[in-house]
Amino acid sequence: MPSKLVEKYFRTEHLPHIWCPGCGNGIVTRAIVKAIDNLDIDPNDCCIVSGIGCSARASGYLDFNTMHTTHGRALAFATGIKLANPDLHVIVITGDGDSSAIGGNHLIHAARRNIDITTIVYNNNTYGMTGGQYSPTTPTGDKGTTAPYGNIDLNFDLCKLTKAAGATYVSRSTIYSPNMITNQVEEGMKNKGFSFIEALTICPTYYGRKNKKGGALEMMEFLKENTINVAAYDKLPEEKRQGKYIVGEIHKSSRPEYTEEYQKIIDSFSKEG
Amino acid sequence: MTIKLMQGNEACVEGALKAGMTFFAGYPITPSTEIAELSAQKLPEIGGKFIQMEDEIAGISATIGAALTGKKAMTATSGPGFSLKQEGIGYGIITETPCVIVNVQRGGPSTGLPTSPSQGDIMQARWGTHGDHSIIALYPWSVKEIYTETIRAFNLAEKYRTPVILLMDEVIGHMREKIEIKNEVIEICDRKDPTSPPSDYEPFEIKKGEEVPEMVGFGKGYNFHVTGLVHGSTGFPSGNSEIAEEFLNRLIDKIEDNKEDIVKSKEYQIEDADIALVAFGCTARSALSAVEDLREEGIKVGLFRPLTIWPLAEREIEELSKKVKRIVVVEMNMGQYFNEVDRIACKNTKVEKYGRLNGQLIKPEEIVNFIKEGQDA
Amino acid sequence: MSALEIRLTGAGGQGLILAGIILAEAALLDGMNVVQSQSYGPEARGGASKSEVIISKKDINYPKVDKCDIMLSLTQKGCNKYIDGLKSDGILVIDSSMDFDLESKDIKIVKLPILSTASEKIGKIMVANIVALGSLYQLTKAVSKESLIKAVSDRVPRGTEELNRIALEEGFNLILEHKEKYQSES
Repeated sequence: MPSKLVEKYFRTEHLPHIWCPGCGNGIVTRAIVKAIDNLDIDPNDCCIVSGIGCSARASGYLDFNTMHTTHGRALAFATGIKLANPDLHVIVITGDGDSSAIGGNHLIHAARRNIDITTIVYNNNTYGMTGGQYSPTTPTGDKGTTAPYGNIDLNFDLCKLTKAAGATYVSRSTIYSPNMITNQVEEGMKNKGFSFIEALTICPTYYGRKNKKGGALEMMEFLKENTINVAAYDKLPEEKRQGKYIVGEIHKSSRPEYTEEYQKIIDSFSKEG
Repeated sequence: MTIKLMQGNEACVEGALKAGMTFFAGYPITPSTEIAELSAQKLPEIGGKFIQMEDEIAGISATIGAALTGKKAMTATSGPGFSLKQEGIGYGIITETPCVIVNVQRGGPSTGLPTSPSQGDIMQARWGTHGDHSIIALYPWSVKEIYTETIRAFNLAEKYRTPVILLMDEVIGHMREKIEIKNEVIEICDRKDPTSPPSDYEPFEIKKGEEVPEMVGFGKGYNFHVTGLVHGSTGFPSGNSEIAEEFLNRLIDKIEDNKEDIVKSKEYQIEDADIALVAFGCTARSALSAVEDLREEGIKVGLFRPLTIWPLAEREIEELSKKVKRIVVVEMNMGQYFNEVDRIACKNTKVEKYGRLNGQLIKPEEIVNFIKEGQDA
Repeated sequence: MSALEIRLTGAGGQGLILAGIILAEAALLDGMNVVQSQSYGPEARGGASKSEVIISKKDINYPKVDKCDIMLSLTQKGCNKYIDGLKSDGILVIDSSMDFDLESKDIKIVKLPILSTASEKIGKIMVANIVALGSLYQLTKAVSKESLIKAVSDRVPRGTEELNRIALEEGFNLILEHKEKYQSES
C-alpha cells in the first residue's frame, strides 16, 4: 500500500521506479513532494522539469505538469516555462553530471539571473545511468569506469559555485536526514529567486562498488559521519574540517528576481498607453 | 495599406508578431541578430517576453519550454548556431511542440564566412537532428515573402504540432526593399483546446480521422508528462516496439501525408519553356533575371521556385520534368537540392547543377552563360 | 534607363548605410521599386563600408549591384576597394580631400568638399552623409527633392531635423557651385 503522500502526488500506475535497490533517489523525491505538501501547493500550479540521468526519471513518476528534457538542459527549458508563465511554481530535478557538466553553463546563468526556479541536485558523485563514469563531483582520487586509475580532476563544490554565480538561496542536505531536504526545498520554494539545493545521495551500484564504499547502509553511515552543520563547521579548527561536507543553509540573500524585473518593462508600456 | 522600406530580418519579426508570437529566446549571431534585437524591442510592448539565453542550445530549449505553456514561440540563428540547435529541434519533433526556428544561413563549415550568403544548410535543415524524422522548412525570396512565410511557418507549426524551420538568405535578411502590408485578414492558426476533460486527457492521443493530437499548455489544469523518449498516447515512455513504430511513423506521416497542404511552389514562364531553372531564395531572383535575359535572346527558359523546401515538392518536380528538355538547379552550394531534384526528374529529362561556394550571390550572367554553353554542347 | 544603381562607400561610422536607406526611402516615396543593401567588414568603426541602392520602375529581381552608375566615396580606402564596380561611363563623386589618379578610366569625376563643408561650414562632421545625399540629388535627380527632404527628416534623430535640412541644402549648393567646373570637365 503506498503512503498517502505517494498516493496523492505520485503517478502510482508508473511505479515501481527504475532505480536500483539501495539508491537514494527515492528518498530525495519523497522529500521534495513532502515540501510541496507542506506548502499546500496545487500540483496544477507546479511544473517539474528534469534533464537526463537517473535523477531525471523522477519527473515521470510525479503527478504534476512534468517535463523530461535533454541532457543538461532542464534549466534552459525551465527558464522558458517560468518566463512564459511566471504564475507556475517551477522545480528542476537534476543530477551532478546533468547540472554541472553538460548543463553547467545553464546552471550558472540561471543563478545569475536569479530566476524564480527551485533546483534540486541529486548528487551521487557519478553518472549512474551510463554505468558509473566519474562526474564533476566525484572526489579527487576516487574511481569511475572512465577513471580506472583514480580521478585527477578537482571536484566542484556546487554550493560555492551557485552562490558565486548569484543564487539567492543555497543549501546542502543528505538523504540521511530527509526532513532537512524537505525543509530546504520549502525554504527554496518560498524564496523569490533562484534556489539551489544540493541533496547528497548514494549510488551503491556503481560509485559505491567501484570505490569499495560498501552497500547502501555503509554509504548512509558515511553521509552521517562526514557531514557537519554549517554553524558547527565554522567553529571547527582547520585540521578537523578536512573531508567534511557542510550541510544546512549555506547562503541566503535578496535581490531582484528575473521575471518580476521583466514584468516591470512590460508594465512601463501599459502605463504609457 | 502600408508601404514601407523594410529589412528582411525586420519583416521576419513583423510576420511573427502578426502570427501571434509572444515569446522569443535566442543568442546573438550574424547575420540573424536583428531578429533578436527587434524581438527584444517589440515583445514587451505587447506583453510578450524576450530572453537572451547563455547559448544557442539554451535558446531553443527555452523556446520549446515557453511553447509548452501555450505560447507561440520563435528562436533565430545562423549556420553554426543552427548546428547547435539540432538537439532541441529533435526534442521539439518528438514532443510535438510547435515552434519556429529561423536560420539566416551563412557560409560554413564552422565559422566560415560570417557575413556572406550561402545556401549550405538545405540538408542540415532536413537531416540535422539525429534519428529518422520528417521536417517542414520554408524558404522565402523577398522581404515581403519573409513576412508572409513567417506567418505560414507559425501556422504550420501549430496545425501539425511540430517545429518549423524558416531558411533565409543573408542577402534577403539584410537587404531592404518595398513591402506592402495590406489590411486584409490573414488566416492565423491557433492551438485547438482539448475536447476531453483533464481526467480523460491524453496529450498524444489521436482522435479518429486525425493525425495530430490536441494540445494544452502547462498550468491549465491538465497534468501531463512530456518526454524526449519514445512514448505512447499517454506521453509516458514506452519500449514497446509496436508503440514505437506506430508513433515514429505517425510523426513522419502527419507531414508527408499532408504535402498538398504544406508544399508551396511557384512557376515563372514555364508554360512554353524548353529549359527550367530550379532555384530558391535569393538565387531564384538571379535565376529570374537570367530567364528574362535568355528570353530576350530567344531561348525559352522558365523558373520553378519551391517556397517549401521540405518536404520535397516531388509531384511538382516530376510534372516539371515531363514538360522540359533540361533542368538546371541553381544553388549556392555544390548540389544539395540538385541531388533531390535529380532523384525525381532524371528518368524524364536531363538534370544539371550550377553551384558556387564563394560567398557571393550567383549573378544572372553566370546562369545565362551556363545555359548557353550547355545549349551549344 | 531600366534601373539606376548607386553605391556609397566610405568608412564604417560615416553614416553611409543610413544615407543609402534615406535615398531608398525617397525613391519609395516617389513610387519606385527599390532595393537597398550593404556590406561591412568586422570593424564597427573604420574599415571600408558599402551601401547600395537600386531604383527601378520595374520589379527588381537580382538585388545586388555589380556595376553601378554612380559611386560616392568619402574615403580613399573605400574608393580604391570598390572603384572597379563603377561602369565605364559612370560618375564618381569623391571628397576634395582625396587624391585620385584614374586618368585612364573613362569615368566622370566630381570632386566636392563634402567633409569640410560638414565639419567647418556646418560644424558637425556627422552630417557629411546628408551633405553627400544633397549633392547626389543635385547631380543625378535620382529621386524627387520633396521625397528626399521628407525621407531625411523622417530618418534622422529627433531634434536634428533642422541641422540635417541645412546639411542637405549645403549639399545641393556644392553641386550648383561646382556646376561650371563639372560641365567643363565632361
